[in-house]
Amino acid sequence: MGLDRLESGPAASDVVVQVAGLSHWYGAGAMQRQVLQSVDLAIAPGEVVLLTGPSGCGKTTLLTLVGALRQVQQGSVRVFGEELHGAGRASRQRLRRRIGMIFQGHNLLRCLSAEQNVQMGADLLPGLGYRARRDRAREWLRAVGLGDHLGKLPHDLSGGQKQRVAIARALAARPQLLLADEPTAALDSRSGREVVDLLKGLAREQGCGVLMVTHDPRILDVADRLVQMEDGQLSQGARPIE
Amino acid sequence: MLGRLWQGRRIPLAWLLLTRQPVRLLVALAGIAFAGILMFMQLGFRDGLFDASVTIHRLFDADLVLISPRSSSSVSMAGFPRRRLVQAMADPAVEGITPVHWNLLLWRNPETRGTRSILTLGFEPGDPLFTDPSLAPKAKLLQDRGRVLFDERSRPEFGPVAEWFRSGRTVESEIGGQRVRVAGLVGLGTSFGADGNLLTSHETYLQLLPNTPPGSIEVGLIRLRPGSDPGAAVERLQRQLPADVTVLTKEGFIAFEQNYWRTSTSIGFIFTLGAAMGFVVGCVIVYQILYSDVSDHLPEYATLMAMGYRLPSLLGVVAREGLLLATFGYLPAYAAGQGLYWLVRNATQLPVTMNTTRALTVFTMILVMCMGSAALAMRRLADADPAEIF
Repeated sequence: MGLDRLESGPAASDVVVQVAGLSHWYGAGAMQRQVLQSVDLAIAPGEVVLLTGPSGCGKTTLLTLVGALRQVQQGSVRVFGEELHGAGRASRQRLRRRIGMIFQGHNLLRCLSAEQNVQMGADLLPGLGYRARRDRAREWLRAVGLGDHLGKLPHDLSGGQKQRVAIARALAARPQLLLADEPTAALDSRSGREVVDLLKGLAREQGCGVLMVTHDPRILDVADRLVQMEDGQLSQGARPIE
Repeated sequence: MLGRLWQGRRIPLAWLLLTRQPVRLLVALAGIAFAGILMFMQLGFRDGLFDASVTIHRLFDADLVLISPRSSSSVSMAGFPRRRLVQAMADPAVEGITPVHWNLLLWRNPETRGTRSILTLGFEPGDPLFTDPSLAPKAKLLQDRGRVLFDERSRPEFGPVAEWFRSGRTVESEIGGQRVRVAGLVGLGTSFGADGNLLTSHETYLQLLPNTPPGSIEVGLIRLRPGSDPGAAVERLQRQLPADVTVLTKEGFIAFEQNYWRTSTSIGFIFTLGAAMGFVVGCVIVYQILYSDVSDHLPEYATLMAMGYRLPSLLGVVAREGLLLATFGYLPAYAAGQGLYWLVRNATQLPVTMNTTRALTVFTMILVMCMGSAALAMRRLADADPAEIF
């Protein structure tokens, strides 16, 4: 496997994510199938990048690679200036604490109340006392408009509310990069709209880069940049149509 | 320090995982408590039976005990020459002696006329026999021939002797064809080999058992002067006396009896096996509960890993679940154990009581059971792949 590390250019400190020449395969031997072909991508702080494309084209794979959830096979993935190619389990784990993730299914902990779920995110912050972390959790829930639902279990919340709790959880860990995989897939158009607007507003406030995979044509306009993927290859778009 | 710990606390995830599924938690606790009760019962029975085998042994007012080397246990005591006990008096450390006859005789139930074997001790009514001082005045009653002291804690199969005696009736019965009269009651307790006890004088004993060789006794009690070393006295006496007696300390006498029941019968094995069964059943239940709990929450664990939680901290959650289950399963087991011991004591007069050693043993077993199961369930956690949840 080639080790084509890129020289960190002068702009490297200004970007949250710098992907270069990234290729990825699933399976082994005759069953091997390439899902990503020399992908290049950069995300700046506070920038919202939308990734679209037909299902099975490799969007989610790219997301998991940038999210330090998978080993990089070929090419370079730099997150916060740190090279993920060849990074060990422990260093990827450490890096993940700075990346917020929002999943298609909200993936909240069923046994925890909304407040406790968000605090699971805040608990990752080092050096904060219990009260400070709890207050932070409450603040974020208020910020996503759920100040009245602190003690509710996910079971008692609507789909949109659950997704907003998930956003609060992701942001409570003060991430510098937010990865979202079809956050609106399970929502109706109105609450889907609210969720992405909220996401964008809060991310911008925090100066946090966003990479969002979506199929949802109704939310494409929140993007600062639109990126199309087809058969494991990216075609970078300009600013989307307002 | 405490304040910092308090500030450092996290969401009690293990506790919430367990308590937000009350039905599953109750099943788990019931299973653990059941296993604990089983272990308490089996170990309690085992220890109780071993303890019960020496109910009488413990009562003797003796520092050293002489027995025949041919004696194997309280149910088969052989005789030895009484002279040996008198010889022992020559030792400067010996203060006093009590020769004791010891045998199982057939007692006829005065009500139903059925017979049953009862442990009968014969001694000189003036000699000290038990450490309990309340015996001495009653022993005087044995100076008349054909009088016995009946153990009121004997099993009811010997007849309503104690009730009749207390109500003022003259209670008479038969031992080996000889008429005896109950002169009083004593409280000794049943033991493994004897369902009931009878005390009588040396003279009456020989009358009941006319075939006893003259000058032969089964047990010789020796009391030492205060401050003497029993161990040294045992060695000295064993050296001085012929080989037809064995010299034991009182503890040695107790151990001799317990050892017989432990090694020559299957009691120890059976009850230990019973306790082991409880342990295995508990393991299976806790493992099932924890494994399905981890499986059910696998996507949530994977989410936490994706968020940056480390695997060891998630394993810690499962370990804490095991710890909580162990603690909360043990409490009802302990309470039920106390209750059942009380029932057993009332029904069988066996000295089955809760002691610290057993309470700790069972807790340790439950802890091992829960933590072992948690460790096995943790292997499932390794399947939580954060890359799969997108």
